[in-house]
Amino acid sequence: MLKCYDVELGSRLLLGTARYPSPAILSEAIKTSRAAVVTVSLRRELGSGRDRREGEAFWTLIREAGVRVLPNTAGCHSAKEAITTAQMAREVFGTHWIKLEVIGEADTLQPDVFELVEAARVLSDEGFAVFPYTTEDLVVADKLVNAGCRVLMPWGAPIGSGRGLNNVFGLRALRAHFPDVPLIVDAGLGVPSHAAHAMELGCDAVLINTAVAQAADPVAMALAFAEAVAAGRRAYLAGPMEPRDMAVPSTPVLGKAFLS
Amino acid sequence: MKILVNGAWREIEHVNLQALLRELGYENRTLATALNASFVPQTARATTTLKEGDRLEIVVPMQGG
Repeated sequence: MLKCYDVELGSRLLLGTARYPSPAILSEAIKTSRAAVVTVSLRRELGSGRDRREGEAFWTLIREAGVRVLPNTAGCHSAKEAITTAQMAREVFGTHWIKLEVIGEADTLQPDVFELVEAARVLSDEGFAVFPYTTEDLVVADKLVNAGCRVLMPWGAPIGSGRGLNNVFGLRALRAHFPDVPLIVDAGLGVPSHAAHAMELGCDAVLINTAVAQAADPVAMALAFAEAVAAGRRAYLAGPMEPRDMAVPSTPVLGKAFLS
Repeated sequence: MKILVNGAWREIEHVNLQALLRELGYENRTLATALNASFVPQTARATTTLKEGDRLEIVVPMQGG
């Protein structure tokens, strides 16, 4: 079973909660995906007056879903901003888990890894369990682990792009370099085969949001991802064959009738 | 006195953070606060005094990826 910061998780699929057509569909998608963890955020409530209830309604829905929450620091562009957001999230959500995002580039939403490492160090020292959203860079990953991170969340591709795994070699290297650190591929996965691919490489889990939320049928897609994650994990444990350039006949050559 | 609340200038009556949250309709709500970009824990709201031009952020649980 996957263990993150000494907590055993019953599922290798983590689900984002944003961009669903309705709260009811989000709720159903969480159920169908059998995700053990969902990501959440902190935002200003839109509108004015005493009828603001959007945040309260959302929080009630998540609590009723009975899943563990992983608050994020989405949209933060500096270590300081991310640290303050994490501190607020710990109070609101009652968890010391934090998905640490520090964005460095607007078009790709690529993490600013320098600020990320700095924030990870401060938050780890403050007792947070940091899940850093990072690139597949080995040196950065090493610095994150040294800063106190016991989980890594490398990107597959830019957030919301649905491109799949942009750097398979990089993820393989990360897996080989950190055999004992849980790797959760976060961002950029578009279809279940991308998730299966990540799992076949030996990644420990995937985090999906847009690919489920923006599907024509998010609930059905949540199930498809759950099945893909399970299949990919089984395949990894079963030991996939090595690819090769030349064909090898699968049917025995020996004993073939001589007919020419 | 005027302060920035979630990015908008507001004329406020109460200078105490806890009282201000009540004034703004946030009583008994699940929320977190930051004053001038620093976290103010719930336990410190009653002893936090606001001054002219302060930047207050009030955030609540929301959807996230």
